[in-house]
Amino acid sequence: MNVVEASGLGKQYGSTWALRDCSLAIPAGHVTALVGPNGAGKTTLLQLVVGLAAPSAGGVAVLGGRWPGSPAALDGIAFVAQETPLYKNLSAADMLHLTRNLNRRFDQASAEARLAELGIPLQRKAGRLSGGQQAQLALTLALARRPRLLVLDEPVAMLDPIARHDFMATVLTAAVDDGVSVLLSSHVLVELERVADYLIVLSRGRLQMAGELDDLLASHRVLTGPAAEAGRYAERPVVHVRRAAAQAHLLVRATVDDPVPPGWEAHPVGLEELALAYLREPGAAALPGPARSRQAEPSEVTR
Amino acid sequence: MTAMTALTVPARLEEDASLRPVPWRRMAWVTWRQHRVALGGVAALLGALAVYVWILGLQLHHAYAAATTCNPASSACADLITNFNFMNHVLVGGYTLQLVPPLIGAFVGAPVLARELETGTFRYAWTQGFGRSRWALGKLVALAVVVTATAGAFSVLVSWYYQPYFAATGHPALDLSEASPFSLALFDLRGVVFALGTLAAFAIGGLAGMLIRRVVPAIVATLAAYTGLALVAANLLRQHYLSPLLTKAVNVPGSAWIMSQWWTKGGRFAFTSWRDAPNHLIQLCVALPAGPLGKPSQETLAQCFAQHGYTQLTSYQPAGRFWAFQWIEGGWLLALSVLLIAATVWVVSRRAA
Repeated sequence: MNVVEASGLGKQYGSTWALRDCSLAIPAGHVTALVGPNGAGKTTLLQLVVGLAAPSAGGVAVLGGRWPGSPAALDGIAFVAQETPLYKNLSAADMLHLTRNLNRRFDQASAEARLAELGIPLQRKAGRLSGGQQAQLALTLALARRPRLLVLDEPVAMLDPIARHDFMATVLTAAVDDGVSVLLSSHVLVELERVADYLIVLSRGRLQMAGELDDLLASHRVLTGPAAEAGRYAERPVVHVRRAAAQAHLLVRATVDDPVPPGWEAHPVGLEELALAYLREPGAAALPGPARSRQAEPSEVTR
Repeated sequence: MTAMTALTVPARLEEDASLRPVPWRRMAWVTWRQHRVALGGVAALLGALAVYVWILGLQLHHAYAAATTCNPASSACADLITNFNFMNHVLVGGYTLQLVPPLIGAFVGAPVLARELETGTFRYAWTQGFGRSRWALGKLVALAVVVTATAGAFSVLVSWYYQPYFAATGHPALDLSEASPFSLALFDLRGVVFALGTLAAFAIGGLAGMLIRRVVPAIVATLAAYTGLALVAANLLRQHYLSPLLTKAVNVPGSAWIMSQWWTKGGRFAFTSWRDAPNHLIQLCVALPAGPLGKPSQETLAQCFAQHGYTQLTSYQPAGRFWAFQWIEGGWLLALSVLLIAATVWVVSRRAA
C-alpha cells in the first residue's frame, strides 16, 4: 500500500504555483523526510495530503487510494501543523478530552502515560507550556489517535536541541513499535539522518528527488581528487561539484562497483550532503517512474 | 516502485463504508468547552438585564393594578393613574434592548470560526476524524440553538414587562394611546422577532468570521451588517408585509400603525395635510373658534374640511396584525439564518488552507 500517491499534482495560489507536476508514491512503513528550502512547497504538499488544501492540478490519494479529507483518510491520518497549533486557553487534559471527542479512536491511557513521562502537568494550560512541551503535547494527541500515517510539518523548527532530540525519539518509537508511517518536513537535515529511511527533496515547487534513502545513498558517491582534473570526469553523471583549494569534491551517480579514476578517492555520501548537493543544483533530479522523463538532465537513480 | 500513470481507484469501499462517523453528541462537549466563556458572557449580560427589567416590571404591574382597581371617583385614584401614566418614560428604554441581538451575534457568532483561522487552530480542528463540515455544522447549530433560546426566554420577560402598556391602550382613564405594538422601539423586542433577530445576527457573525478570518474586524462587520439589516427591515420592508387597510374614520386607534393620510374630494386626491390645503379652504376654516394655542385645533379643522366636502383617508396596519407581522419577519429571519449557516459550512468545506 502507498500511504501517499500523487500524480501530476499541482497547487496554485493566485498566479503562483506553490507546487507543480509532482508525481510520487510513498510506500507504507517508512519514515519519510520531506526536504527543501523555504518556499519549496513542503507545507503545500503536506496540506494536500491531509486534505486542508485541494489540488489545482493532478491528484493525490492517501492510505491506499483514498481521497484526502475523506472520512477514512481523516480517521487514519494524524497531522501536526507547523508551530503546533493548540487551543492556548485549554489545559493539556482538556486537549486530550477534546481530541478524544473528535475522533473514533483515542488511546487515553497511553496519552496520559506519555504526558506523565514527559513531565507535562495535565492541568496546565497549553499556552503556558514551553515550546518543546507544546510540540510533545501535539505529538501525543496525534499518536493517541492511533493513526496509520503521521504527518508532521516542521515539527522541530522551534525547538532547542534537547527537545528536538526527544521529539524525534518519540516519532521513531511510534514508527518502529507501532508501524506508523511517518511523513515529516524539515530543513534541519541533521535530525533527519537518524530517523528517515525515505527521502523526498522539493525545490522551487518541483520534485527533485524521491526514493528509499539506502538506495539513494548507495547510488551516489563523492569523488575527491585534484581540482584541475574535475572537468574531465565523465564516466558517470555528475550532480554537483564542490571545489576546496586544490581539491574538488564531485557528487556523482555511481555505486561501489563503479571504477574510480586514478588519483581520485571515492567516499560514501550522507543524507545531508546528498540533499544539499541536489538543492544546489535545481536542474538535477533523481526520480523514479514517469516523472523522470520530464526532467532534462538526469538518468536513472533508483532501482 | 511501480510506475504511477494514474491514481489507484478507491480500494477499500466495504471497509470505509463500515466506518461509522464520530457521533454528533460528542460535538456538544467540544462546543461547550470552547465557547463556555462566550456563553457565560451572554448569560451574565442577559441575566443582569433580566433582573433590571423584572424589577421595573414589578413596579409597573403594581402601578397598573393600583390604577385600574381603585375607585375612579376618589382623588387617590387620580394620583395612582398619574403615577402609572408617568411610567410611560420607561418605554424609551426599549431602544437600548435592541442592542442585545447584534451584541450576541458579534461576540458569540463572529469568533466561532475567525478565532480558529486567526490562531491557526483550524489546522488541528479540520484534520480530526470528525470532519470539518460536520465540525462547523455541529458547532454553529448548537450555538445557534442556545443563543436563540436564551434570547427567546429574555423576550418573553420583555413582553411581560410591556403588558400593562398594551392593556392600558383604550382604557378611558389611562392616557397611553401611543403604545402601538408596531412602534419602532417595541416591535422587535417582543414575539418571535427578538429571538430570530439574535439568530440572524449570530449567523451573520459566523459567516463574517469565516470570510474575514480575524476576530475584531469580523465583530465590527457583524455589528455593521446587522444594524443595516435591522434598519432596512424596520424602515423599508416591514410596511409591505401585508397591504394596509384604508379607512375614512377620523379617529384611527392609536394602537394602529398609520402609514399615510391624505384628503380627497369627490373621490379624487386633494392634498396630503392641512398645511397643503388650498387657500380658500383655509380661509373658510380659520374663522373657527381658536383652540388653546390660539389657532383652531387639528380636530376642528378636520371637521371644517369635512363640512366642505373633503374626506380624510388613512391607510394603516391594525394592531391585530401584530402576530402576522411577527411571523412574517421571524420567518424570513429564520430562512436567512439557515441560509447563512449553510453558506458558512459550505465555505468551510471548500476553503483551501
